[in-house]
Amino acid sequence: MVDLSVDLGFLRLKNPVLAASGTFGYGLEFKPFYDLELLGGFVVKGLYLKPREGNKPPRLVETPSGLINSIGLQGIGVEAFCKEILPDLAELKTAIIVNVCGEEEEEYALVAEYLSRNKGIAALELNISCPNVREGGKCPAQDPEATYRTVKKVKQATSLPLITKLSPNVTDITAVALAAVEAGSQAISLINTLLAMAVDLETRKPKLGNVMGGLSGPAIKPIALRMVFQVARAVKIPLIGMGGIFSAEDALEFMMAGASAVQVGTANFVDPNACLKIIKGLEIWAEKNKVKKISEITGSLEA
Amino acid sequence: MKMFIDRKARLIEVQSWGDYFLFKLESPEIAKLASPGQFLMIKVSETTSPLLRRPLSLHNVDGSRLEIFFQIAGVGTHLLSLKKPGDQLDLLGPLGHGFSLKPEFKEEEIFCVGGGRGIAPLYYLANQLAKIGVHPVIFYGGRSAADLPLKNKLESTGWEVLVSTDDGSLGFKGLVTSLVEKELKTRKPAFLFACGPDPMLEKLAEICLQKNLAAEFSLEARMGCGFGACWGCVKKIRRNGEEKYLKVCQDGPVFSRDEIIWEETKNG
Repeated sequence: MVDLSVDLGFLRLKNPVLAASGTFGYGLEFKPFYDLELLGGFVVKGLYLKPREGNKPPRLVETPSGLINSIGLQGIGVEAFCKEILPDLAELKTAIIVNVCGEEEEEYALVAEYLSRNKGIAALELNISCPNVREGGKCPAQDPEATYRTVKKVKQATSLPLITKLSPNVTDITAVALAAVEAGSQAISLINTLLAMAVDLETRKPKLGNVMGGLSGPAIKPIALRMVFQVARAVKIPLIGMGGIFSAEDALEFMMAGASAVQVGTANFVDPNACLKIIKGLEIWAEKNKVKKISEITGSLEA
Repeated sequence: MKMFIDRKARLIEVQSWGDYFLFKLESPEIAKLASPGQFLMIKVSETTSPLLRRPLSLHNVDGSRLEIFFQIAGVGTHLLSLKKPGDQLDLLGPLGHGFSLKPEFKEEEIFCVGGGRGIAPLYYLANQLAKIGVHPVIFYGGRSAADLPLKNKLESTGWEVLVSTDDGSLGFKGLVTSLVEKELKTRKPAFLFACGPDPMLEKLAEICLQKNLAAEFSLEARMGCGFGACWGCVKKIRRNGEEKYLKVCQDGPVFSRDEIIWEETKNG
């Protein structure tokens, strides 16, 4: 029997597989497919204070082994989430992580504060890295100082554990990671999507209504892996790795590179049971390789 | 909403006409739950390229068998067209909110208007309508005769089938919307259902509005997941006094004609 549990310090997960924000709705969308308690946890779609309309369609373009999206965080807002969705989620014996958004630092803090007043939330993931909500794909995670300020502000507004989600659209991701640590983030999740675009030759227009979007899927895995590796060498807090994880083998690569847990995103669209298959795959791999505790894999890369 | 992943739906029969294909698939669980206007998400590749499943509407359900009718429109449908009888397909379904089969429909005429591959869900719908005593009148339009491969199949049911081609190679010469307009001068159907390209649906919405004819349209959209998780397939919809982006996969693909905001939908 393999021990799949992992300890993030502030949160113990029954296994290292979390469903990623923006790909798992508010969780309940996946209830028809499997028992959500089998997951290590899941990160619900990003929430602002108010409901948000999202970006103009088309919002999706498929690229080789990838998907560019420009959803723009359409959603119901924190109040409706806490009233209509959270009571159902809170009963689940799995880690419910809420992705927190904001137009400016103050809004992040207000959303976090609102969520803190509710039961059933294991941690907050600070979404300072969405490329789809500001002009030109800009986000706080592109600047260590803005990252520090946002994390600090949220830290003061909540006692819930904070996971800061980083952007790959930077020159040096370790500088941003260090800023998040200094401001009190208890974990880092990475990477968000890569700023990208696609062109329609016939219309000579961008294929996305919002011109640019975020690339996800297997196409970005090597970049994500490299960034997890770099950040693992720079910080001591737990990392949650993501970016194109479609199999248990992919997940193990991220763990070897330094991730304590992983998030599975785009794969959920292709196969609603993707997370379950990956959990099962981790168990099979560990048994075959005589690994008793999956957490031993974290950072075991010899480089 | 109940749905299944059937990873072993056996392809029983393939028919093809140029770019158009009709598949019969054995998938009892999905067949049991399906209703007209719903769709499947079909995996077309074993690899990660193309990455996403493809949304295809149900063309018919007969016992434990599903039918899909599609046209090659890109790499995904091309790969799908290469499947052979005996192959197993990975299906997710039935998905979405289908056509309304209203209890007040009785022994009346109902127009079903399909443009090109948009005919796909209307065959299933007309079958169900016929079962409750309604007289479906099928309008089937395409660019030319080669775009109307289902003409004989539709006619063999005994329903009234009116065809149109842009080039006049078969039936009425002109757009299918002009044919509908022409028929509406003398007939009063109880309802109109349609599926096809957005310009066709937009024109039909205008015609139905003038005639005060209630209608439902099935929209097409690029989809990420097909079951409401990605919010990628939205269209601007007017519902309960609000205008907002609703999911074609979950709130649709069938919408009432007066809900669709065309200025926004056309470009999306």
